[in-house]
Amino acid sequence: MTTLPISLTVNGYRHELEVDTRVTLLDLLRERLELSGTKKGCDRGQCGACTVLVDGKRINSCLALAVSHDGAEVLTIEGVAHGEELHPVQAAFIAHDGFQCGFCTPGQIMSTLGLIAEGQAGDDPERIREGLSGNICRCAAYGGIVEAVLEARQHLAGTGRRTAA
Amino acid sequence: MMLELGLNQQPAHTRQGSSIGQPLTRRDGFLKVTGTARYAADNHPPGMLYAVLAVSSIARGRVVSLDIEAAKAHSGVVEVMTPLNRPALAVDPDAKDHPFMFRLDLLQNDGVRYPNQSIAVVIAETLEAATEGAALLSPRYETLPARVGLDGGKSFVPRGVGVGNPAVQEKGDVEAGLESARTRIEAAYETPAQYHNAMEPHAIVAAWDGDQLSIDTPSQGLAMAQGRIAGLFGIAPRNVHIRSPFLGGGFGSKGMISGPQVLGILAARLVGRPVKLVLRREQMYGPVGHRAPARQTLRMGMDGEGRLTALSHHARTTSSTFDDFFEPAADASHTLYASPAIATSHDAVRLDTGTPLFMRAPGEATGSIALESAIDEAAHACGMDPLEFRLRNYAEVEPMTGKPFSSKALRECYEQAAEAFGWASRPLQPRRMRDADGFLTGWGMGTATFPALMFQAEARAVLRADGSGLMETGAQDMGQGAWTAFAQIAADGLGLDIDQVDFRAGSSDLPNAGIAGGSGHTATAGMAIHNAGAAVIARLADLATGNEASPLFGAGNEGVLARGGRLYRRDDESRGESYSEILARAGLAEIEGHGKGAPDPASQETYAKHAHGAVFAEVKVDPDLGQIRVTRLVGAFAAGRVINPRLVRSQYYGGMIWGVSFALHEEAVTDRRSGRIQNANLAEYHVPVNADVPSVEALLVHEDDPHVNALGIKGVGEIGITGTAGAVANAVWHATGVRPRRFPIRIEDLLG
Repeated sequence: MTTLPISLTVNGYRHELEVDTRVTLLDLLRERLELSGTKKGCDRGQCGACTVLVDGKRINSCLALAVSHDGAEVLTIEGVAHGEELHPVQAAFIAHDGFQCGFCTPGQIMSTLGLIAEGQAGDDPERIREGLSGNICRCAAYGGIVEAVLEARQHLAGTGRRTAA
Repeated sequence: MMLELGLNQQPAHTRQGSSIGQPLTRRDGFLKVTGTARYAADNHPPGMLYAVLAVSSIARGRVVSLDIEAAKAHSGVVEVMTPLNRPALAVDPDAKDHPFMFRLDLLQNDGVRYPNQSIAVVIAETLEAATEGAALLSPRYETLPARVGLDGGKSFVPRGVGVGNPAVQEKGDVEAGLESARTRIEAAYETPAQYHNAMEPHAIVAAWDGDQLSIDTPSQGLAMAQGRIAGLFGIAPRNVHIRSPFLGGGFGSKGMISGPQVLGILAARLVGRPVKLVLRREQMYGPVGHRAPARQTLRMGMDGEGRLTALSHHARTTSSTFDDFFEPAADASHTLYASPAIATSHDAVRLDTGTPLFMRAPGEATGSIALESAIDEAAHACGMDPLEFRLRNYAEVEPMTGKPFSSKALRECYEQAAEAFGWASRPLQPRRMRDADGFLTGWGMGTATFPALMFQAEARAVLRADGSGLMETGAQDMGQGAWTAFAQIAADGLGLDIDQVDFRAGSSDLPNAGIAGGSGHTATAGMAIHNAGAAVIARLADLATGNEASPLFGAGNEGVLARGGRLYRRDDESRGESYSEILARAGLAEIEGHGKGAPDPASQETYAKHAHGAVFAEVKVDPDLGQIRVTRLVGAFAAGRVINPRLVRSQYYGGMIWGVSFALHEEAVTDRRSGRIQNANLAEYHVPVNADVPSVEALLVHEDDPHVNALGIKGVGEIGITGTAGAVANAVWHATGVRPRRFPIRIEDLLG
């Protein structure tokens, strides 16, 4: 086993860590930093449940080795709301029933934040569907997810707030 | 439990009158969108170790050797559990006392009877060490030829199918009916093995304290899991405490405790420390159930007016070599279409596969896609519109039994969904419609149905002196919305605003809520909650009406109404008092009542009880490439009383998209030489992603059912798949003129 020192800022908190080089960013978050909101659905980059923002971009944290992200800024689902005040994307997911079991939801929300920041999908439902197709929802709450994204995007545009990231 | 979960900290919901019927948002929504809903694998008790399964890469044979030394030599590995050192169990994991007791692979020997069977467990300080340790085991096998496919073994007629239905049933003379028919069709349809693939892999965190066992694991049936685990370890059920506040999806795969979950408990026993064991995605293709592949043959005869004279439905299914679960696919033909003669039959072959299990609409979904396809073929053979043909054969009583329906608003479903879809302008002949881009366009329909089942459940209700209420039942929320819908029923049962009710669920130390399965959880646990509420209100009313100081004195139990935390005289609503006043006068801190939910045996005998629906689908097919897209789905469903229309719609959407998936996406592919599943991952086992999903509309059709239960609830969790899968297949036929006979529908079959 080899370890390396890394420095990682997660949800605004800086961590200095000595990490087993085999550890993925996902397992670092879940098993070492007690940030279990990010979920493991496949560990192969196929389901999107582990989506987080790294330096503002959405990635599958299961496919990222923690040591390869030394110095990165990570935003996870735990860092999206401000205390009890939900981010508009989170509130819209509740309002439009954009989830059932909730297991893929952290990944869906992080992916949505990434998608909105990318600025490619706009208000086109087809492009939103395409842009969120890396996030599987086996309960198939897809209709509510798209409605939630549309509403949140309009809300954010209205308040001039681009994204929490 | 509830306060720990924080469900009651949500902002108050604005509503008027009864909670039941209100489209409340999910009470667990805040937790789920903030990442604070705690699923089993999110737990991390002090001193916890990680367990990783080593699983067989062969389908049949035995393990000859494992390099245990190499695994144990790896830094961080604490122990390797194999058949040699696995702690003893009180009962043989291969014993089967009742049909719901599934045989488990718990390292009882070196045998391998399906791919991905557990053959060892590596326990380590870190997940990475356990994973690498498992890889270092380098198993060697003695391999026997794998038995695969629908013709992979000698067929036999099972003793029972599903939960014990007769494998062969007949009413009337089918052969004579076919003989006398003006028009006949016969067709065979193949459906593949499907895997539940809940997003949350099966996971367990187990901790022993002497003979007390504490577990976090997803379960659709807490009391059954508790009993099974207690039996295996020879301890009292009360010594097993299971927490399952949230399931990351179940779909049937978490109905029974699975082998790997028990191995996590055994691992914790072996090392004397808490252990977490989480299945890898590919390890879910074996020990946690699947929907068996099937080949169904349907024969139908029709008279000159398109009335069925005979309906015969045979299903070939499969099971494992060591256990018995047989999908009752042909039974789908018992309930929907009137025919003087109906015959259903099943046979099966045994394969080197994990044991199949209940998977969302088990039997109903498989049977429905074949029945609805065949009905479409029959309509076409008679030159009739598929809706007209279904109405011509509309069942006024349950065809197989002759029983009246407890309620059946299927005509209204057909009418409303057809209207919303625009079915009336559909050309009768296939391959007549193209869109502006030249895509072949087709419209198809299917009838949806699912039985209105009830099981057994209990609940405990408490009214407190501060005017608040508590309702407890060990209900399971796998995404259907139990935390919300049951709280709504509890609020009405207690005559309180929902924000005054503390609702506790998801834990095995609460009253047994039965299973979250068979689309029967809301009806069953809902009735237990309703009755517990009624019992505690009756006690409260006794206190008031028997006390001269109360304005309700002398009103009698029947003469009192409970609403908004107050009791009123039924004949004079100006006279009443609050729960707090009644309890204060009686000097009681709280009172409690108990309730049960169960099917009514008398009405079971008298009525056929089913939910119904109609689904219409539009597909577009690329005429050159054969690529299929579902562009529109409209369903209308009648399922008795709706507790929460927002949640119910989501169940219908989800079910309908599972129907699309059944028709177009899902298939586990078995390698015929090795017996291994070739696509045991979410990239190659296709499930719908957002871009695959069309515009979906679900209409809620009003239906009062005075017979199913006092609340009038049927189930909504599974019906959406039925009807939809066939509707998509029929739309593909209507677009292309090619009749799909195997599923999922393949491009090559359309280009044929």
